[in-house]
Amino acid sequence: MTPSDQSPDLELDCRALRCPLPVIELARHLTDVEVGEVVAVVTLDVAARVDVPAWCRMKAQEYVGEDLADDGAPRFRVRRLS
Amino acid sequence: MWDAASSESLHPAARTAFLAALEQGYADPRRLHGAARSARLLLDNAREVVASCLDVRPDEVSFTSSGTDAVHRGLLGLLKGRSRAGPTVVRTAVEHSSVGHALAWSGTPDVEVGVDRTGRVDPEAVRDAIAAAPAPVALVAVQSANHEVGTLQPVEDVAGVAGDVPLFVAAAASAGRLPLPIGWSVAAASAHKWGGPAGVGVLLVRKGARWRNPYPADDRIDERTSGFENVPAALAAAAALQAVVAERDVVNPLHTALVDRIRAGVAGLPDVEVVGDPVRRLPHLLTFSCLYVDGEALVTALDRHGFGVASGSACTASTLTPSHVLAAMGVLTHGNVRLALPWPTDADRAGTDHAGRDVDRFLAVLPEVLTEIRSRAGL
Repeated sequence: MTPSDQSPDLELDCRALRCPLPVIELARHLTDVEVGEVVAVVTLDVAARVDVPAWCRMKAQEYVGEDLADDGAPRFRVRRLS
Repeated sequence: MWDAASSESLHPAARTAFLAALEQGYADPRRLHGAARSARLLLDNAREVVASCLDVRPDEVSFTSSGTDAVHRGLLGLLKGRSRAGPTVVRTAVEHSSVGHALAWSGTPDVEVGVDRTGRVDPEAVRDAIAAAPAPVALVAVQSANHEVGTLQPVEDVAGVAGDVPLFVAAAASAGRLPLPIGWSVAAASAHKWGGPAGVGVLLVRKGARWRNPYPADDRIDERTSGFENVPAALAAAAALQAVVAERDVVNPLHTALVDRIRAGVAGLPDVEVVGDPVRRLPHLLTFSCLYVDGEALVTALDRHGFGVASGSACTASTLTPSHVLAAMGVLTHGNVRLALPWPTDADRAGTDHAGRDVDRFLAVLPEVLTEIRSRAGL
């Protein structure tokens, strides 16, 4: 968990959601950012730590990494590639 | 039911043996009277049959009260026997949870070795972990095959790199269906996974392995176990194993072909990923994950269609955490399903291809179920 080198262009508040809903939100809102920009999923769902990188691999997007949102909740960052 | 990897139904050979032994095997096999000698004879017979089926010596076989008990005794006993060599356990990241629980309970330091995307451990990574361990290594724990995704582990190659460090092999996922791998010092298996009764584990300790009883001793025929011997269950476990070993050259190719068919059908569906090794795998087991699908909803929907399956998704686990196996592989944990084909029954073999028809029906039902669950989520 390194500090973010760049704040995301869009942050999705999925703190209250359990799997698979955070990944569904990610898929829904990916196109809300431009190609090359970063969307972040903030969630307490432990499955997201595995499922967000796996989703990126399956959907050919770039998993940037995990850091913390302002309130300390885990935040998973994804760069839109297509 | 496609959940044979959780528990197989009782093989008819086990039922027959169990009923006969209930009458003749109730007595204390340590005593010297007639009924006791009869129980002892049945127990010795069960041990010899299991030894022969697993290609080990009879004095290397112990019957424990469960597969989990066999893992605990095997692992902790080898750890105790090797205490002079060192405290550290090197293990794969995808071992059965009974291995993890035993190690946590022991408090011994352990080093986890990661796996590749298919769930296989790299023997070179095991070699590196042994060399880099902060304290000397007592043993390496590596499963014969993964119970969740079916991938076979390169046990013989791991033994090769481990050198003098002995291997503990949890073999419950494959025992009976496949020969034991080569290279272990201590191994464990579970009878209800091959069509024997629940409550019978098999602990295997190689002649000469440094194993010491990690638990209080008991005054039984077999010093590695404790508690009064369940002779009928041990005999039933042996009978089932004998039947499965005799039938596996016919059944395994059938299961391999059926799983290949399911794999091909499932892999063609949108946003579904089949996980585990496609070739070096258990014959009867297939696991896949479906994007945007709730695992609990999927298992429940498939059950309504008559397919009883397991899942490694967090929402189906009592702990609400995803499967550590899927996490270690880096594959999707939600919408996860594990299919494990049961051993064929006599009716299956009567010439009608029930299993094949079930596969066709499953491949017809699954896309509808996925569409339905995804549409409920607004997708």
